Amino acid sequence: MCTVCGCGAGETRIEGDGHAHPHVHEDGTVHSHAHAHGGDHQHPHDALPVAAHEHRHHHADGSVHAHSHGHQGEHAHPHEPPAAADLDYGNSPARAHVPGLSPSRMVQIEQDILAKNNAYAIANRAHFDELGIFALNLVSSPGSGKTTLLVKTIEQLKATRAISVVEGDQQTSNDAERIRATGVAALQINTGKGCHLDAHMVGQAIERLRPADESLFLIENVGNLVCPAAFDLGERHKVAILSVTEGEDKPLKYPDMFAAADVMLLNKCDLLPHLDFDVDLAEANARQVNPHLTIFRVSARSGEGLSAWVAWIQAGLEAQRDKRAATVAGLKARIAELERKLAAQ
Amino acid sequence: MHEMSLAEGVLQLVEETARREAATRVKTVVLEIGRMSSVEPEALRFCFDSVTLGSIAQGAELEVVMVAGSGWCMVCAQTVALNARFEACPNCGSYQVQAVSGTEMRVKEIEIE
Ligand SMILES: Nc1nc2c(ncn2[C@@H]2O[C@H](COP(=O)(O)OP(=O)(O)OP(=O)(O)O)[C@@H](O)[C@H]2O)c(=O)[nH]1
Ligand SMILES: [Mg+2]
Ligand SMILES: [Zn+2]
Repeated sequence: MCTVCGCGAGETRIEGDGHAHPHVHEDGTVHSHAHAHGGDHQHPHDALPVAAHEHRHHHADGSVHAHSHGHQGEHAHPHEPPAAADLDYGNSPARAHVPGLSPSRMVQIEQDILAKNNAYAIANRAHFDELGIFALNLVSSPGSGKTTLLVKTIEQLKATRAISVVEGDQQTSNDAERIRATGVAALQINTGKGCHLDAHMVGQAIERLRPADESLFLIENVGNLVCPAAFDLGERHKVAILSVTEGEDKPLKYPDMFAAADVMLLNKCDLLPHLDFDVDLAEANARQVNPHLTIFRVSARSGEGLSAWVAWIQAGLEAQRDKRAATVAGLKARIAELERKLAAQ
Repeated sequence: MHEMSLAEGVLQLVEETARREAATRVKTVVLEIGRMSSVEPEALRFCFDSVTLGSIAQGAELEVVMVAGSGWCMVCAQTVALNARFEACPNCGSYQVQAVSGTEMRVKEIEIE
């Protein structure tokens, strides 16, 4: 590790091959120079923050010079391997520093990289719960049959429940048009280079679509068996679709997705007579990464197996409605209780 | 896996903190990435350099601390080392292992001035 800035040795840096350090001399001058690393400059840092120390520098022309200068905290740097736990650079008292040059300091963040997404997801979920909406996030590799399945599912449910659909694709609005052809509301989100939907996009879709109370909200994620696993959208369940043309080992190769899902639809089962796909093995692989997975064998083309899947959705819709009713009843009871107390005063 | 949006997530957290601390420059960003998180550190580094262009973190050094994988085996009732998230317990071969560490994707701290 470079003892000046803490950059790791062995980390390949291509551009510039080496790096620049600003140095402040005792007379107040500041200079900056680039140099290569090869263990050629060591300096004692034990006596920081105020200590004189010496630098030896190899310049690009091959010359070496040494100079010493005092530190007053104008460049703090990690002096332990970064892997050491609980190093705290941030809480030392503000140090005197050379005018015009602010001291650098470490500030703890300690937050999940997906914190922002998770906050939007929590808001979406709260909205769905408040209105008794049942939301599903369909994930699969491209072409497993998500849109075809949605169209078939919608045809069976649209007479009894309001439905709205969010379609995520990198380009085109083809899928949203296929959904709108069934007569339900659909909104296309094009992610461009993005490989998944995030919770902020879904929040915006909710605002546009304004799904009805106690309705079904279906999200078709971008075809991608990797990235959507990490992004909570606020759905009640992720539904992973695996088609029988993809191979039995997909759940083992892409375990995050099958672990994040609560339901797996094994689609295109109409093709089984023409393939040597081992359905039991595929299911065993999926249960290995997620023992709690509910699995339906279906064919969006022939309609085979769809009634069990549709029944599962209906049960979910009812559970969500009951939960909301219980919450509303609970609130009413509390209001009644408060009113009773007020009246008694 | 989606290193671009992870890099954007990192930048958001860094920018928020830098703004709150009235920083003029971000020199170093320290991440903790679990070995079982399916994040590719080199890809993340590349994406980080490109999303930070023009931001307060432009040119910042990205330090990635890799965190080893471990899990709790329900059969052995102990913590065991894991290389992959859905791996069997190295002692007993059971798949009833809950990941304990090695799946994190966190921004640990930043160096600012
Ligand atoms: N044989 C058969 N073909 C199917 C079935 N379901 C879908 N397909 C076909 O598979 C192809 C892809 O279907 P889509 O519904 O567009 O798949 P998708 O998952 O929405 O695809 P993307 O949105 O592009 O990721 C189409 O040609 C469908 O007709 C099925 O159950 N059996
Ligand atoms: Mg589709
Ligand atoms: Zn074990």
